[in-house]
Formats: sequence, structure tokens, C-alpha cells
Amino acid sequence: MGLAISFWMLAAVAIIAALGVVLLRNVFRAALSLILCFLTVAGLYITLSADFLAAVQILVYVGAISVLIILAIMMTREVQQGSPNSRFQIPAFIIAILFLEVLVLTLINTPWPVSGITPTAPTTAALANSLFGEGGYLLPVEIAAVLLLSATLGAIVLAREK
Amino acid sequence: MATAGLNIYHLARLQAVSPDWPGGFWWHWLFFTVVIIGFVLTMVMGVIYIERRGMGRMQSRLGPNRTGPFGLLQPVADAVKVLLKENIVPAAADKLVHWLAPVIAFAPALMLFAVIPFENGALLADLNIGILYVIAISSVSTVGIFMAGWGSSNKYSLLGAMRNVAAIVSYEIPMVLAIVGVVLIAGSLSLNDIVVAQNVPFILLQPLGFLLFFAAGCAEINRSPFDLMEADSELVAGFHTEYSGMKFAMFYLVEYAEAVAISAIIATLFLGGWKGPILPPWLWFVVKIILVFFAMVWTRTTLPRIRIDQLMAFAWKFLFPMSLLNMFITALQVLAGWPTELVWVMIIVNIAVMAILVLVWSRFFFRLGGGRVEI
Repeated sequence: MGLAISFWMLAAVAIIAALGVVLLRNVFRAALSLILCFLTVAGLYITLSADFLAAVQILVYVGAISVLIILAIMMTREVQQGSPNSRFQIPAFIIAILFLEVLVLTLINTPWPVSGITPTAPTTAALANSLFGEGGYLLPVEIAAVLLLSATLGAIVLAREK
Repeated sequence: MATAGLNIYHLARLQAVSPDWPGGFWWHWLFFTVVIIGFVLTMVMGVIYIERRGMGRMQSRLGPNRTGPFGLLQPVADAVKVLLKENIVPAAADKLVHWLAPVIAFAPALMLFAVIPFENGALLADLNIGILYVIAISSVSTVGIFMAGWGSSNKYSLLGAMRNVAAIVSYEIPMVLAIVGVVLIAGSLSLNDIVVAQNVPFILLQPLGFLLFFAAGCAEINRSPFDLMEADSELVAGFHTEYSGMKFAMFYLVEYAEAVAISAIIATLFLGGWKGPILPPWLWFVVKIILVFFAMVWTRTTLPRIRIDQLMAFAWKFLFPMSLLNMFITALQVLAGWPTELVWVMIIVNIAVMAILVLVWSRFFFRLGGGRVEI
């Protein structure tokens, strides 16, 4: 009961916020509405008993990514009131439609099974075991870290003045 | 009255285990929400008094001493003053964002207290991701500061907000890495479990971690010497230049509520939280918060404000490698079983490690103006 109510409230706010991101002319307000969307997604994770994921969602998406988006908006001139006209409008529209089609097809063709297993109560230990434990995802985690490091180094090299 | 409050408290404690409604959950929620709001507002008034009077003493002046006995009513007078002031919104401001900013900044500062234990088990929500929740929520308050900086459409506000992001993004990393050391020893992310695990305060087991967390925490909440975003001599008042009346008071409140929150987190993580002899646990907790806050006032009056490049360099060249080393050393010690078996050896070794690392690093690897440690 409580879960269902919170789910529908969060879902409604998330969709309204996501629409706000696309429809608002003011880019800064669009970014703020993106933050609201991220927060509601974190709320959805909580309703799914994924507390660790929810905290990481807020930490990474609200605390870091959105902040960088807002910083980029602040650094940029003349884009505050909507996107300027560009010749990419029609190609972008076509790609967006194709992407929407892919998403809708996936949504329709996925069975969406509901797991009957009760969620593990302390999620952190279980997560740590499956990430770093034996037979876990240790290698992918390490590779992701190295990938991020190389991306950082690449960004520094690109941005550096000659 | 006191017994009635106690009964509700016990009722809430007993029934708080069932996290669905209706039932004791809401009593627990109501009780602790009221307690947290009252606690934060009272503590903020207290620490404002301590800061103004303490700073006055440290700077060889009196500080506010006219309102009430010893100037104790000065925070009340200030609150009444800002309440009655006119609320001015700039004509060019983004009205909605300008209005929302103080609220968005204030909510996370209050939410931080949800996971901080006042006594054993006496907290709003004993999350098993407690300290991660703290880090995640505290990163949200940046958004409020950004909204204030942007919504005011004032270049000083914007500059203040942009300096803020640089500080927050950089200092979050050493802060989290300093916490990892504590989490490794305690074996839990829950703040209550971390306090329970502290037979010896973790400041002794993690002296370097404490210093790193203290420095990074001060930078996160923009306390001097890291208060670049509201550097009065350069930016008028930084992000809240265009705020007046109650909205300004909200930002003022956020600043001190965050200072209290960071002090409370430091007290919980490193000073043993509510643990202590004789006095009741909550009183110990308050005493420790005030001690940590006093140290913050002390650093504020002692150190000059650093420049933005020094701010970045300090985070990346000093705090970051130190916190990595600290985490590595602590992990080795935990693997060797020192925190349970060789506690005294670990205390001595870690204090020695801290002293050597800080001295060597500040002498040979990183110099922040005149800020290096002289022997």
C-alpha cells in the first residue's frame, strides 16, 4: 500500500520532471528539472530496497554530473534561452524518433518478470561480495576504473594549452 | 511532561522496527523530526554565539555583549531583525529559482541529521548505508547554492557559486577516502554501528584521517580558510549577495546548520559520538560537537583565506595522496587484525605515520605559500 503510493508519486514526478527537461526553454531550469528527475529515480531505487544504489545515484548524478552540467551552462553564453537554430534540427529529430522506436519496442517485447525473492537486508555486504569477492565482477570493476582514468588523462591532454 | 515524552520515545523505539504504516513508525518519525529541528535551531543559535564571542576574544575585541547577559540573546536579536527586514528580489532575477534556492539549500542540511545518533539507537533512521547517505545528501546542497548564484543574475553571485563547485567537487574525494579508513576499522557504514565499534575513539586510530576529514569538511561547507565563495573582500558576499530578509537568514542558517552537521559527523566518526563516562550520552554528543566547532572557529581566526589555485592544489596535491596513503595503510592494518588485537600498537604507529607523512609531504612535495609545517 505505502509502497504503491510512493511508487506512483515518484513515477509521476519523474515523468513530469523529465518532460520539463525537454520542454523548458530556460536551459538552467531544464537542468534543475533534470536534478529532480534524478532524485525521483533514487526514490524509486529505495522502493526497490536498493538503498546503496539510491545513495550512489544521488551522489554521482545529483552531486557530480548535474553540478558539472550546471557549471557548463554557466560557462556558456547565449544558450540560456533555449537552443539556437541549427541545421542539425531535422537529423536530430530523425535520430530521436528512431531511438524512441527502439525504446518502445524493447519495452513492449520485454516480459518484465517480478522476482519473488525477498530483498537482502544489508545490501552493502552482498554488493561488495559480488563486486570484489571470488567469482565476482572484480575484473570489470578494475577495467572500468582504468577506463575512467584514461578518459581523465585524455581530457587533460586535449584541454592542455600547447 | 518529561515522562510523557520519554514514553513516546520508548514507544517509538519499540515499534520503529516495523517500517510500514500505520503504527509506531509515524510516532518515531514525528518525534525525531521535531527533535532534529529543535536540536538544529538551538545548536545554530549556540554556535553563532560561540563563533562571534570566541572570534572576538581571539581577535582581541569583545564581540557582541550588550544583548542580554554576556550577549547571550544576540542570536535572538539577529533572528528578529532579519525577520522584520524587507525582502528584496532583483528585477532581473529568475524569480522562481531565486525563491527556491534557500529552501533547496536548507533541506539537505536538516536531512543530514536523520542518520546521526544522539544516543545508542536514538536516531531517525538507522540506515545501513548511513555515512554514504551523509555524503550523498550533503552534495545536494551545492544545487541550492548554484540556484542562488544563478537566480540572482549578479556577477558576484555567479562567481561565488562557480568557486563553490570547484571546491565541492575536489574536496569530496579526500573526504570520502578519509571516511573509508573509519569504515574499514568499524566494519559498518551505519553511524550508530560506527559509534558502537569505538571502544577507543577513532581519532587515535585514524589521526591522519581525522585531519584530512576536518580540512576537507571545512572546505565542503566553505568555512574559512576555504570560504572563497563568499570572500567578502572580493565578491561582496558571494552567492547570497542579492538575498535579504528571511531568505538571507535561511542561508545564514544553512551555513551554521552545515557547520553543526559536519561537527556532529566528525564527533560521531572520530570522537566516539555519544560515548563517554558519567554524563548522559546526548550531553556528551553536544559537548563533542561544540568542541569540534570551537576548533573550526580557531582555524578560522588563525589562518588567512587561500586563493583558488591554492585551494585546488591543496585538495589534489596534498589531501588526495595523503588520503590514499591513509586508506592503504589502514587496509593493511585491518587485514593484519590490528584494530582488535594490537590497538595500542596501532595508535602509536598511526600517530607516528601521521606526523611523518604530514612533515615529509609538506616539506618536500607540496608547499602552500607559507602554510608548510615548520619544525
